[in-house]
Amino acid sequence: MSLTKEFTKGLWEIIPPFRLVLGLCPVLAVTTSAENGMGMGLATTFVLVCSNLLVSLLRKIIPSKVRIAAYIVIIASFVVIVELTMQAYVFPLYQALGIFIPLIVVNCIILGRAEAFAGKNGPLASIADGLGVGLGFTISLTVLGAFRELLGNGTIWGANLMWESFEPFTFMVRAPGAFVGLGVMLALINFISVKLDQRKRRA
Amino acid sequence: MSFGDYMLFIVSAILVNNILLAKFLGNCPFLGVSRRMDTATGMSMAVIFVMVMAGMITWLVQYYVLVPLEIEYLQTIAFILVIAALVQLVEIVMAKSLPALYRALGIFLPLITTNCAVLGVAIININEEYDFVDTLIFSFASAVGYSLALVLFAGIRERFMLVKMPKVFEGTAIGLVVAGFLALAFSGFAGLVSH
Repeated sequence: MSLTKEFTKGLWEIIPPFRLVLGLCPVLAVTTSAENGMGMGLATTFVLVCSNLLVSLLRKIIPSKVRIAAYIVIIASFVVIVELTMQAYVFPLYQALGIFIPLIVVNCIILGRAEAFAGKNGPLASIADGLGVGLGFTISLTVLGAFRELLGNGTIWGANLMWESFEPFTFMVRAPGAFVGLGVMLALINFISVKLDQRKRRA
Repeated sequence: MSFGDYMLFIVSAILVNNILLAKFLGNCPFLGVSRRMDTATGMSMAVIFVMVMAGMITWLVQYYVLVPLEIEYLQTIAFILVIAALVQLVEIVMAKSLPALYRALGIFLPLITTNCAVLGVAIININEEYDFVDTLIFSFASAVGYSLALVLFAGIRERFMLVKMPKVFEGTAIGLVVAGFLALAFSGFAGLVSH
């Protein structure tokens, strides 16, 4: 099993939150702009990589009966580190993400990777897995954020992109738009993978 | 607060600022258990029960343990441990004393530990500086709002079995789109309570 394979599977094969339908709350809540989406993605990636590493190093020491509780404590510690660091250095982003920073603790992607991968594999493979899945998550959040920001506000990354008479479609940056936007993106991903499968079968 | 204020507070938590559709908390189980009505009602009961208990206990932990010891920065770790322990405890006690209810809620109880709505409500209670009675009311009203949205959504989703839809939308994708329209319907309540 090569490290590159562990890394790249997070980018398409199991890309969260589309293939692994986990951790939806931050996806829906913070993707009102590309910038917020990326901030959330990077914070999650950091916690995911660190917790994967630690879980993998401790996998022979933690008794399997209390492993979930142990994983949660490990994840929560890293979340507190991220929370305090963001509060100190990127305060506007910290305020924009609000309650969803402490809620990284209960992001099921992180616990899911600890249970499904890091608890059974070595540290290097676990880091590669964490980086891949985290990066996939960041990309998804950024793209969804950009999509919603473009339609709902006419901008991407704060830069105006639409024509002069463009009327912002505020539905997209409100709560309902989050669900619909994610649903449409999921259907798009399904569509692409169906097409890819068909091409593979024909070849 | 007067009685009228409390009523507004409850209506706001259930309908206007619905925890699931307006605040996006607890969406994984929302999509996971809403395929069938009986699992949806089971999950709703478990959420109401645990959310009220967790709201009360985390409030007590915050003001009688974390604040006196000046370790508020450990809030996240402390709360998630309290919730995990609480869920475990509830499971053990319920299995012994209320076996019928335990069988009904069974598999939903352990799932609740990672339901971010429970931790989310606990954190909101502290951030908004609610007193103990407010906490109790807000936790209960939020849980009722969660259950309402979950049961309504399960009712809609059961109908999906009868309709034809494009293959790429099957499963979660159409679920999300429908949840969006449900959220749109709920946002119609926004005028009920002026902020």
